[in-house]
Amino acid sequence: MGLFSNFDISGSAISAQSIRLNTTASNLANTETVASSPKEAYRSKQPIFQAMMDDRSRPEKVGVRMLGITESNGEAKPLYDPGHKLANEEGYVFGSNVNSVEEMANMISASRSYQNNVEVLSTSRDLLLHVLSLGS
Amino acid sequence: MNFEKAFSIHDDAMIIRGKRASVLASNIANADTPNYKARDIDFQSILKHVDKQQTNSLNMVSTHSDHINLNSSPHSRKTLKYRNPLHASLDGNTVDSHVEQSKFSQNALQYKTSFTFLNNSVKGIIKALKGE
Repeated sequence: MGLFSNFDISGSAISAQSIRLNTTASNLANTETVASSPKEAYRSKQPIFQAMMDDRSRPEKVGVRMLGITESNGEAKPLYDPGHKLANEEGYVFGSNVNSVEEMANMISASRSYQNNVEVLSTSRDLLLHVLSLGS
Repeated sequence: MNFEKAFSIHDDAMIIRGKRASVLASNIANADTPNYKARDIDFQSILKHVDKQQTNSLNMVSTHSDHINLNSSPHSRKTLKYRNPLHASLDGNTVDSHVEQSKFSQNALQYKTSFTFLNNSVKGIIKALKGE
């Protein structure tokens, strides 16, 4: 039955979007994190989504799969703070490369997509419940 | 009387509407997936095919889901078509979530409509069987 697969499709999308919200939360939480070298500095994390068709005989069912999480290659910003415990010999600490404005936009986009999928799920559920009343 | 005729095309319509709901749900689910191309089912062409199948059922028997039917069945991937995007996007995704949302709700309403017609037929048959 077609409508039942909507639970899998939207479920996979909801889980993918919630991981995206998780990475956004991690990025925003670590905006002000500093380290003593650019290598150790926190790098913004982004999930990679991929379309997933797990049954070839049912091409209408395409969910979302998480391919993995990448770290941004952007440069860690050096901050001059000689009194800091983590400062290197030249007196610098290295902040994260998180762009908080980008992350806020990302968060809004993820939460809208999440809501969309929840709406699809509840509509499908309503339709299936409606069909149960056949003949009455 | 024939049960298939009693239900007219509404039982077939409901199956196709259910499948279309899955296609549209897939589009909404992949609204943020890079390079995903939005798809849709051409309801009219499938329904025409279903109509033809009922009038002359000269199809070969298929014993496996991957068997290719000469007349493309409603389950074949040929009936899935890509949507023409309204505007280009940088990541190659052609889903416009607002378009998909409106199509999904329209499809849900049409599903309910088909169900109502089907339900009325079933009620009619039950009434005839009871003979009250």
